[in-house]
Amino acid sequence: MRLPFLPIIICLTAGCAQQGPQIEIGDSWARATAPGQSSAAIYTTIANRGAADQLIGVSSGAGMAMLHQSSLEGGIARMRMVSAMDIAAGSRVALAPSGTHVMVTGLVAPLAVGADLRLTLRFAKAGSRTVKVVVVAAEAR
Amino acid sequence: MLGKLRITLWSLVLVAAAAMGFLLMREPKLPQPTQTELPLASIGGPFTLVGADGKMFPSTRLAGKPFAIFFGFTHCPDVCPTTVARLTKLRRQLGAGDDAFTIVFVTVDPERDGPAEVGAYAKLFATPVTGLTGSRPQIEQVKKQFAVFSAKAPGAGDDYGVDHTASVFLMDRAGKFVATLAPEESDTVALAKLKRIAT
Repeated sequence: MRLPFLPIIICLTAGCAQQGPQIEIGDSWARATAPGQSSAAIYTTIANRGAADQLIGVSSGAGMAMLHQSSLEGGIARMRMVSAMDIAAGSRVALAPSGTHVMVTGLVAPLAVGADLRLTLRFAKAGSRTVKVVVVAAEAR
Repeated sequence: MLGKLRITLWSLVLVAAAAMGFLLMREPKLPQPTQTELPLASIGGPFTLVGADGKMFPSTRLAGKPFAIFFGFTHCPDVCPTTVARLTKLRRQLGAGDDAFTIVFVTVDPERDGPAEVGAYAKLFATPVTGLTGSRPQIEQVKKQFAVFSAKAPGAGDDYGVDHTASVFLMDRAGKFVATLAPEESDTVALAKLKRIAT
């Protein structure tokens, strides 16, 4: 007996193509900082075309990086550290201004426009990814 | 008899420990802004702070031009630069030049932000921004006048954050309060409000 659809059936049941997360990172940017400013924020977008994953760590040569979340409840801006961030299957997560972002404290030097800045994102399943971060003028975005 | 007493006492210890555990497990209460009783019309008023040049900055220096005043701190990496950048963008969109309204940034963290710090921070935006600091009592006085809340957030040593009111206060050329600008508001709404003070 011939079963021409067998491979497709196997694919559908076993979730054939890519079982793991498929992470793509784009539009990574940061505002320039003033001399004396000790901290900066890095923003980026994480697209996941695969299975669910979790962002479990961040690092950058610019200083000590951590995941932070700003909230604006009741008109008050607060910022707190978050240990991890879920990246759902097939989702697109933006680390954007006034939300969850990468905060870098203890800046080694002020971030200047066009500086060579890199960000490493560590995922529970997809491993580490290092991307280039574009430093833009403070008022540019 | 003695055995029974021992059991009773130990049970009491257990109950007390459980109660303590429950109390400790509860989330620590964040400092909450006290409900503002300030009538809107009384927001603002004359104040004296310190400018980036280290000299006294009386609010009369702002007179004759509308201003948008925001309270933050220079070590704030996200919300503060986002807000100031937005104000500069909105001012550009108004198309009436830098004179349309003054952008004023007041630090709520004068212990770390002296005149040099607020000055460097204001200069960062490549368009005129007035950075102000002051003594702790001066800052507290201005916060009170604008019903602004701020409180140090947990942090290690000198690396603390500050929770603070996120709204911008829009004042007309007579220094009278007109409206607040919330970060969540759309640019269309924000521009409409800015037109009210800038024309």
